[in-house]
Amino acid sequence: MALLELNGVSKHFGAIEALAGVDFHLEPGEIVGLMGDNGAGKSTLVKIVAGNFPPSAGEMKLEGRPVHFHKPVDARAAGIEVVYQDLALCNNLSASANVFLGREKMRRFGLLNLLDDRAMHERSRDLFAELKSETRPAEAVRSMSGGQRQAVAIARTHLSKAKIVLMDEPTAAISVRQVAEVLDLLRRLRDQGIALVLISHRMPDVFSVADRIVVMRRGHKVADKPIQESSPEEVTGLITGAIRAA
Amino acid sequence: MDMASHSAPPRAHHGILHRMMAKQAFWVTIAVFLIPIAMTLIEPSFSKAFWKEENFFNVTRNFAFIAIIALGQVTVMITGGIDLSVGSILAVSGIVLGLLMTNDYSFWVAAPAAIGAGVACGLFNGYLIAYLRLSPFVVTLGMLSIGRSLALAISNNKFFYQFGHDQKLLIELGGGKTFGLANPVIFLVALTLIMGFALRYTKWGRHLYAIGGNESAARLTGVPVDRLKLSVYVLSGFMTAISAILSVGWLGSVTNGIGLGYELRVIASTVIGGANLLGGEGGAYAAFIGAALIEVIRNSLLLAGVDPYWQGTFVGLFIILAVLLERLRGRKVD
Repeated sequence: MALLELNGVSKHFGAIEALAGVDFHLEPGEIVGLMGDNGAGKSTLVKIVAGNFPPSAGEMKLEGRPVHFHKPVDARAAGIEVVYQDLALCNNLSASANVFLGREKMRRFGLLNLLDDRAMHERSRDLFAELKSETRPAEAVRSMSGGQRQAVAIARTHLSKAKIVLMDEPTAAISVRQVAEVLDLLRRLRDQGIALVLISHRMPDVFSVADRIVVMRRGHKVADKPIQESSPEEVTGLITGAIRAA
Repeated sequence: MDMASHSAPPRAHHGILHRMMAKQAFWVTIAVFLIPIAMTLIEPSFSKAFWKEENFFNVTRNFAFIAIIALGQVTVMITGGIDLSVGSILAVSGIVLGLLMTNDYSFWVAAPAAIGAGVACGLFNGYLIAYLRLSPFVVTLGMLSIGRSLALAISNNKFFYQFGHDQKLLIELGGGKTFGLANPVIFLVALTLIMGFALRYTKWGRHLYAIGGNESAARLTGVPVDRLKLSVYVLSGFMTAISAILSVGWLGSVTNGIGLGYELRVIASTVIGGANLLGGEGGAYAAFIGAALIEVIRNSLLLAGVDPYWQGTFVGLFIILAVLLERLRGRKVD
């Protein structure tokens, strides 16, 4: 049984057909590279899975059960986390405050319910250690490198024991050295049995970490195959339409 | 592609001194003490007037009224908003208090009514800003006009100076002292401690900073952004009403002109203390010490015999200096 299964999912925005009957599945512990040109339907697909809006047609199953998300919080409760391109971090807060944002650990103090920063720092330190990232829990995100910021955003998804992590262009805005760091983070998540969807324009990144590749063009899925059976040349052809389907 | 960031990321300073020095409020605290010391060295006659218990009493009381309002304002500014209507809310609350007490209502009826009026103005601001997503600047600018006009209408342009059977209580509350400190200063210290605690140790405080840092991120992680935004404008109205009650008690009278132009002094206090118009920065102590600095500058110039017409220039220069300091420390480079 697939972890996540989409059958014939379509999405219309007025007269525009952003997704046209797409089938998509995701297994535990795999990284799927989702590629396509701008407007190909990648982000529409991801937004449906993340609960930003419901599909116009088709069904979505999580661990075999049909699911209907109305808000991002619904998807999160079901174990689906998104790491946004801008990482959705608060620069003025510490790493651990960001990891726990919206689900802070509290402790009772008489009648008061107070933030338990010590517990949050400790848990964050463990999460960063698991991710083998040199990120200090008390440090403000403002002064962190791109790789450390990614680690904070990923640690956040990890906190909730996510089953699926959707990543939107995680390597778009960081240096070469940090890209390697982030790709290592993705492999570590996969090794823990998490399913990852990696949306990226960067061919080398996708080919270095993904297990399977899905290519979208004009709202249709034009390829879905193991990465070993494809090549950057083929994918480029699929994205541009030079190759119809594979 | 960015190849320049191969050098190690900047290391954070963990020492207490380092962390303090990174805070604007720390430097403002130093300035609060340094200004009178410098004045004393330059002008020996200044020291006789300044370093007196009576002057300390006056200075602290004078800034307490502004600082209490600034405690509410700073929470608004942490979320990236602004409340321009505080001066007018002060007038509405003050007039409600004056009108009721003149008609011989008990202080215990009039004071809650004054607070209710401040909270109602805050609810109006907050609802329009948080739920109808209108600009804080425009909404509170509207309230600035509405509040002042309401104060005129309610008071019928009358001057209240008789406060019925609870007159003594009101005058004592605003004008009296406890343990050698003016009562408004006691209120200020207590409210600063409560607000400092709430901003630092509660989920409410943490989430206000998150909204100021990245509102959409806060929303995505499930922070109740709208409800929290409403809360800060209500709090601003509440704090302003507290200040109104104390001000009327101290002045012994109230007219609808009370609090005119206070919004600028209040916002100047929070900005000097380290709040940022873009949100995410500042705290209770920032509001406290920013207000203190403005009063110390004002008082020092006065005692040094500088023409009071120049006060605005000095206060204005300090506001600009505060922003410049922040830029120099590179906080907004990220």
